Amino acid sequence: MNVELRDIHKTFGAVHANVGINLKVPAGTIQGILGENGAGKSTLMKILSGFIRADGGEILLDDRPVVIHSPADAIQHGVGMLHQDPLDFPPMRVIDNFILGRKGSLLTGHAEASRDFKHLAEQFSFSIDPDAYIDALTVGERQQLEILRLIWLGASVLIFDEPTTGISAAQKVKLFAALRLLAEQGKTVLFVSHKLEDVEGLCSRVVVLRQGSLVGEARAPYSTKKLVELMFGKTISVGERNPCGGGGAASLSLRNLSVENYRLKVQNVSLDVCCGEVIGLAGMEGSGQGLFLRSVAGLVRTVGGRIILDNKDLTGRSYHVFKRHAAAFLPAARLEEGLVAGMSLTEHIVLAEEAHEFFINWEKGKELAQNRIADFNIHGTPANTVESLSGGNQQRALLALLRVPLSLLLLEHPTRGLDIESTIYIWSKLKERCRQGTCILFISSDLEEILQYSDRVLVFFSGKVTQPLEADTLTIEKLGELIGGKGWPESTSGKST
Amino acid sequence: MKKNTWINLGFQAGALVLALLITTLILVAVGAPPFKAYASILSGAFGSINNVENILITWSPLLLTTAGVLITFSAGLWNIGIEGQMTLGAIFTTGILRLLQNTQLPPALIIILGILAGIIGGALWAALAGALKTFGGVNEIFGGLGLNFVSTALTIYLVFGPWKRPGVGSMSGTQPFDQKLWLPTLPHTELSLWALGSSLLVIVAVYFLLRGTHIGLRLKAVGKNSKAAFLMGVPTWQYSMFAFLLCGAFAGLSGAIQVTSVYHRLLPNISNGYGFLGLLVAMLINYQALWAAPIAFFFAALNIGSVQLQIQYQLDSSFAGVLQDLLVLLVLLGEGARQRFLRKV
Amino acid sequence: MDTNMILIGLAGVLATAAPVLFAVIGETITERAGIINLSMNGSILLSAMGGFAVAYRTGSLALGFLAGMLIGMLVAFIVAFSSITLHQSQVAVGFVLALAGRDLSYFLGVPYMNISGPVLQGLSIPVLKDIPILGPLFFRQNLMTYISYILIVLAWLWIFRTRPGLMLRGIGERPAAAYVRGANVNLLRYVYTVIGGALIGLAGPAYTLNVKAGWMGTQTGLDGIGWIALSITIFGGWNPLRAAFGAYLFSFLQWLGLVLQSKIPGVPTQVLQVAPFPLMILTLLLVNISDAEWVSRILATLPERTRRVTVKLLRALRASPPASLGVPFESE
Repeated sequence: MNVELRDIHKTFGAVHANVGINLKVPAGTIQGILGENGAGKSTLMKILSGFIRADGGEILLDDRPVVIHSPADAIQHGVGMLHQDPLDFPPMRVIDNFILGRKGSLLTGHAEASRDFKHLAEQFSFSIDPDAYIDALTVGERQQLEILRLIWLGASVLIFDEPTTGISAAQKVKLFAALRLLAEQGKTVLFVSHKLEDVEGLCSRVVVLRQGSLVGEARAPYSTKKLVELMFGKTISVGERNPCGGGGAASLSLRNLSVENYRLKVQNVSLDVCCGEVIGLAGMEGSGQGLFLRSVAGLVRTVGGRIILDNKDLTGRSYHVFKRHAAAFLPAARLEEGLVAGMSLTEHIVLAEEAHEFFINWEKGKELAQNRIADFNIHGTPANTVESLSGGNQQRALLALLRVPLSLLLLEHPTRGLDIESTIYIWSKLKERCRQGTCILFISSDLEEILQYSDRVLVFFSGKVTQPLEADTLTIEKLGELIGGKGWPESTSGKST
Repeated sequence: MKKNTWINLGFQAGALVLALLITTLILVAVGAPPFKAYASILSGAFGSINNVENILITWSPLLLTTAGVLITFSAGLWNIGIEGQMTLGAIFTTGILRLLQNTQLPPALIIILGILAGIIGGALWAALAGALKTFGGVNEIFGGLGLNFVSTALTIYLVFGPWKRPGVGSMSGTQPFDQKLWLPTLPHTELSLWALGSSLLVIVAVYFLLRGTHIGLRLKAVGKNSKAAFLMGVPTWQYSMFAFLLCGAFAGLSGAIQVTSVYHRLLPNISNGYGFLGLLVAMLINYQALWAAPIAFFFAALNIGSVQLQIQYQLDSSFAGVLQDLLVLLVLLGEGARQRFLRKV
Repeated sequence: MDTNMILIGLAGVLATAAPVLFAVIGETITERAGIINLSMNGSILLSAMGGFAVAYRTGSLALGFLAGMLIGMLVAFIVAFSSITLHQSQVAVGFVLALAGRDLSYFLGVPYMNISGPVLQGLSIPVLKDIPILGPLFFRQNLMTYISYILIVLAWLWIFRTRPGLMLRGIGERPAAAYVRGANVNLLRYVYTVIGGALIGLAGPAYTLNVKAGWMGTQTGLDGIGWIALSITIFGGWNPLRAAFGAYLFSFLQWLGLVLQSKIPGVPTQVLQVAPFPLMILTLLLVNISDAEWVSRILATLPERTRRVTVKLLRALRASPPASLGVPFESE
């Protein structure tokens, strides 16, 4: 089936996620969709699959405009999407997941479904036991099940959102074979990814999204350089780099640190960070940098290695112990994890202070709040509840809650969703900290930010981590390549599952 | 912002009006003259000194359970187990009184020890629910519910078993204590100024605790966003347990008071719904401690007043409960309606 | 005690379990869809009184049962509405309704106290009733008990063997995934909550028109049955068969208590009445701790055979609640 998206618009509040996207994909193609985090790829695909509704534009299938307002509509028109985290039912069995949602007779028709399942699985060389429970399967197998299910439902347009995150190499081979088979069968495959090698190897055509717009198209064979340029944009200059240097003894030492979750393993990271140094952690979301950062904060248990802060071994201790040793962690989800919605700025500031008395002196608290507000240029009053503040002001508030001085500051996407002015201001505050001797590790999806403020950079890809790279010799192109999984030397630390 | 306050007041007043409307309809449905019925309740509540004293007697335990529940709600917990915590307080108090009643200790000391025991008993029972939640992941609603029934069974076991009256055990409870072990009351009533005084003290203390102390602020943070509270350095599960313990202590005190000043013995169902009523009061005042005392007084007055309703019109005294429940229900529904209304506007 | 007496006693166990069964299966269905209907205690009392009142007034048992069902459906609808549409807490609204239903039943029930109304008659099934042992046990009951047998089977079949039942499990487990498969999650949640409410509403009249005929205000002895049914639902692991086991076990323990009391006076039998609650707490504990680290550590220290038996026991006893129980669903 030919798929056409015409002039698709979608806004979320102030963010224009899709700006007039036009895309035509003929049947039997594997279409790659590249872009960095926040470029709008997922939004676009969710619109096509009915998960969300577009604000403007139309969808045409085989040149006929169709209305897709819900996943039910999408299924009816033969459009199916495989989400990055497969939307399945963990406590149920494979065969139940397979059948669920398919219209049919009253009885579940297990026998017939089993037969169809085995038949389809054979076609694609998948080997999944229909009676196994989903929570015992690997991510790759859960994906395979979804593919079979969508085919069985009669999908002729299949969307894959970052499918190669967290699957083994062998499963990737199977997946690609399956996708090629689907294209041969005349189905339309849309492959959303940030991994350059996968996209280059699999897709016959590629479009690149950046900041909500479709900025370029390409056909095989590809020029990696061109793709990276389209994805991340060409900067005239990297801008002023303001590293605060460092020098001096190591304040934070990581020795062979390993941490894992059910999808990723980050292994054997060794790093020495000096006082006042800034380390940027780059990579697409889900590549392991979030996991890594939280383990350095004591929020996630490590499975190996040591964390030494100011000559004290803090391996295996909880976050509150880290805090007592002058470390702090600022989460990316400001309202969900960092601030308490329903409490005012004053209350937050009082809460964050060390309590020496039983009763709260609200007058002093308010005064303190006003000082911090002035200090950090927060547009708000002490009585304002934090959820009424803008994103930029919330971030400033989070910074205002930090103790002085700090040995280690860990930031998860410190300037996500903020305007330029806020970003520059926040960084000026952070650099103040550097000058006081605080080491900073920060995650960012903004390559310019990484290059501009870091002394050294670690790039994460599928759990693999580069050696620390000097930021002043790193270019945006090289960085983009590494983030996309290309240009990695053979021997690097870490591996994926 | 001013407009918002008016809208809020409007919805709350609307809930009250609607509740009264529905109860009026209900009264009509059972064939009672509505306005006369309301008048009867008023006179039953305030018509005589005796009635007012009864309200004050009812007010005490309700203040204590409301105060306790405000603490746990602050920490984001649904402490349905508060009935059981009050019961265990009563049990512990009875136990100590029984143990010490024949010794040479001064009665005042025995009473004080008994009340302390009650506080401890309630706190322990609450700690059990808290431990089930913190270490066992058992939702405090179901843990509390289960423990409530276990406490009832325990009471019945004691009343019909080891602590039964000489002869045959009966639903009227254990052997009443000697007068010397009665909490001093005003002449000719069961109203103890000690009880009333301490419960008022507690609610005032809770008000200041929640509003003006670091502990209160941390409890609030844990209740609203425990992840953020944790990141800001608050030891979350310790504060949860603390909330349980404190609430249990207040509930236990309430049970102790029931034993020493009202019933002078242990009997089944000694908690008499005060725990649940405290939950209702807390919901109605939207967890703002400032309004706890007046609303609790209002509910106590309704309870006492509706006894008159029973006498005069042969209506069941559960009418008080009907009005109280409807009020809270309509306030909850009204809150939902208000939020939708504000979103559309 | 001779065999005959025992059989009659056990048959009584089946009969007294029937009302609880209705409530438990109703709540199982509702919770499978992801909604907690905490109002059970109030619903049952109100439908018990209302069903009796209607049956008394109209002389028709059928109308009495119907009235009970309608009351249950109305209360359940309020719970669903306040949660799904008004986004208020299911627990708060359910709890208040539990109290309100109870108070309303006492207040409105005054005119119907201590009078005799229609009672459901026994209905022995020909042929089957004469089978030795099984006959007197299962087939000399009344209509509601027979319906309860069928209900257990129907509910189990629906949930585990039909397509719509599969979807029911889906919306309770992971509504986002069900949504992606085309389900109208919130509509289905309304439907299942109301159906559950209808069954809960059937439990009330099943008492006052049958097992404990008549309405006696606070002496009716039904206060607390709703909470017991709630804990049996949890002990039942959201599975109709296991829930039925729980209901029959509860009924059996009640009967056992009465028997023991007459044989060994002085044993407080009310203690047996509260058995469902520790069982519920135990079930919930097992749900959460079987994966806990400290449990695995203790298990590792046990001798091999004991450990294997313990692990098997733990696995058999534990039951996982629908993952999104109590969590509202937003599609956008």
